Amino acid sequence: MTEESLWSIFINASLVNNFVLAYFLGICPFLGVSSKLDTATRMGGAVMFVMLVSSVCAFGIQALLVAIHAPYLKLISFIAVIASTVQLVEMFIKKVSPALFRTLGIFLPLITTNCAILGLALFQTNKGYGFVQSIVYALGAGAGFTLALVLMAGLREKLELAEVPDVTKGAAMAVMLAGLLSVTFMGFGGLGG
Amino acid sequence: MATPTKSSTDEFIKGLWKDNPVFVQVLGMCPVLAVSNTAMNALAMGLATAFVLVMSNIVVSSLRSFIPKQVRIATYILIIATFVTVVDYVIQAISLDLYKALGAFISLIVVNCLILGRAEAFASKNTVARSVMDGLGMGVGFAFALFCLGAVREILGNGTLFEAALFHDSFQNWVVMILPSGGFFSLAAWLLLFNWLEQRKAKKDEKATLALSEEAAQ
Amino acid sequence: MSHAELASRPAPPSTWHMYRAMVGVGVFCGLLIVSVYQVTLPVIERNKAEALQEAIFHVLPNASTSTTYRLDEPNGFKVLEGESHGEQLVYAGYDANEELVGLAVEARGMGYQDVIGLIYGYSFAEEAIVGIQVLESKETPGLGDKIETDPAFLQNFERLDVSLADNLSELANPIVPVKHGEKTHPWEVDGITGATISSVAIANILDRSAQYWVPRIRNNLRDFQGGE
Repeated sequence: MTEESLWSIFINASLVNNFVLAYFLGICPFLGVSSKLDTATRMGGAVMFVMLVSSVCAFGIQALLVAIHAPYLKLISFIAVIASTVQLVEMFIKKVSPALFRTLGIFLPLITTNCAILGLALFQTNKGYGFVQSIVYALGAGAGFTLALVLMAGLREKLELAEVPDVTKGAAMAVMLAGLLSVTFMGFGGLGG
Repeated sequence: MATPTKSSTDEFIKGLWKDNPVFVQVLGMCPVLAVSNTAMNALAMGLATAFVLVMSNIVVSSLRSFIPKQVRIATYILIIATFVTVVDYVIQAISLDLYKALGAFISLIVVNCLILGRAEAFASKNTVARSVMDGLGMGVGFAFALFCLGAVREILGNGTLFEAALFHDSFQNWVVMILPSGGFFSLAAWLLLFNWLEQRKAKKDEKATLALSEEAAQ
Repeated sequence: MSHAELASRPAPPSTWHMYRAMVGVGVFCGLLIVSVYQVTLPVIERNKAEALQEAIFHVLPNASTSTTYRLDEPNGFKVLEGESHGEQLVYAGYDANEELVGLAVEARGMGYQDVIGLIYGYSFAEEAIVGIQVLESKETPGLGDKIETDPAFLQNFERLDVSLADNLSELANPIVPVKHGEKTHPWEVDGITGATISSVAIANILDRSAQYWVPRIRNNLRDFQGGE
C-alpha cells in the first residue's frame, strides 16, 4: 500500500533511481549495444515495450500467487511467464507489423531475461504498486533506460575518434563513462519528493 | 573426455584468476554491483552466487543425459531459479538485516549470465566432479572479485573494513565511493589493473620469444 | 558421453522425453522449494516478529509487552487475530503493570533517494511523539543517513508535540521542519544541515501520519484499555 503520486513514481524510476546508473540493472545490453546511437534508440524502445508487457504480467502473477498462498513460486513464475509472454508478443508483432518487428524484433529475445526486466517485476511487487502505478513505473524505468543508453551511445560515438591509452580500451572505458554518467544523475536526487 | 591432461585442480584455478568472471570476462555484473558498497554485503552476495552456481552445475551435469537439447535452456532456468529461491529464504532466515541490505538483488542472481553460461557451456558437457570444480572455481573467483570491489568501496567511502575503523578520525570519507557511481569507478579501476597486467605479460612474452629467436639465429 | 550421443542421434528425442525431462525437473524443483520454505518459514517469522518487537520497544521506551491492533473503521480498533491482510495496523505498548504506555505506528514517505519507512511511538500522557526509528532508507551515506544517527536531530523526537486541536479531528499545530538551530516550539523539527531534504522528509512523513492517526487513536482510546 503506497500513496505515491504517479508523477513521483515516474521521476523516481527514470531519473533519481535510474535502473542502469543507480541499480546497475541491464548493464550487459547497456555496454553491448551502446556503441551506435541508432541501435541504442531502437534497443531503448524494445526495452520499454518488454518492460510494459512484463509489468502487466508481474502484476497478474502476484495477484494470483497471493490468492493461492504460494509466495515461494514468485521467482520461478515471473521468469517463466515473462519469457513466454514476450515470445508470444514477438510472434504476434511479426505477423501483424513486419516493419515494427524489424525495428524491435532482433532485440526482444536478447532482453527477455535481462536483469532490468526481472528487476522491474520484483521491485514493483516489493513496493506494492497497484495496476496503474505499475504501468507508470514500467514506463519510467523504460524511459530512464533509454535515456541512459542514448547518452552513453552519444559519448561512445565521439570517443571512437579520440586517442586513448591502450589499457583503457574496451570495457574499462565504458565502465568509467557509466560512472561519470551516474555522478551526473545523482544531481536528480530529491526530485521525486 | 577430450582434455584428459587437464586436472580438476586446473578447472578450479582457471576461474580464480586467469578466467576470472568479473575482471577478465566482465560477466554477470548487473545484479551484483549494486550491493557491493560494503565488503560484508559484497561477500554475502558473492557467496550466494557461488552457492547457486555450484548447485546448478551439479544438477545440470548429473541430469545431462536426461535432458533433451530442445528444452535444455528452459530446464536450466528452472533449476537456477529454484536454487535462487532457496538461497533467498535461507538468507532471510539467517539474518534479516543482511536480507534488507541485499533486497531484491538476491532474486536477481537468477538472471546472472555467468550461471546460465556455465551450465550451458560447461556443466552440460562434463562429469559431475569436473562441474563441481568448475563451479567452485568460478564461484570463488566471482566472490573474490566482488569482495575486492566491496572492500575498496568500503575502505575509501566509509573508512572501515567489515565495519572496523581503519583510519584516524581526520580521514575524510570519499562518499562518492559508496554511491552507485563509486561502483562503476572501482570496477573500472580493477579492470584497468587487469588490463595492465595482461599487457605487461604480453610484452614480456614477446621479448622472450624475440630473445629465443635471436638465440636460435646465432 | 560420445557413446550416448551416437546412440541418440539417429532418433531425435521424442515428445515423451521432453515431457519427462520438464516434468521431472519441475517436480524436483517444486519439492526442493517447498521443503526449504517449510523449514525456514518459522525462523523467518520469528526473526521478523523479534525485529518488530525491538523497534516497538525502542520507540516506546517504557513498554514491556505489545499487542497488535487493526483499524476497523468506523468502529475503532480491534485486536488483530491471525495474519494481517493489508489492514492498517498499530502496536499498543504496555508496561509491567499492564498499563497502556503508548502506541507505535509505522509510516512511509518519499525521501531523497527512495521511500523512507519508519516507526514512531506516540505517548498518551504527553500527547507527543516520544521516539522514532528508521526501518528502511536508502538515503545518501554520510549525508542523508544522518537522520538515523545525528544526535541533535534525534533529540527532536524525545518529545515532539502532537496534541489535538479543540475539535479533536486535527493536530493543534502541524509538525513543521525548520532550519537547524531555529527550533522554538515543541512541534517543530530541527533540520540537519547538509541533509535538508531527508530531514524535511521525516517531518512531513510524521506530520501526514500523525494527522491521520492521532485523532483516530485519541477518539477510540477505550479500545486499547482492555490490556492483554
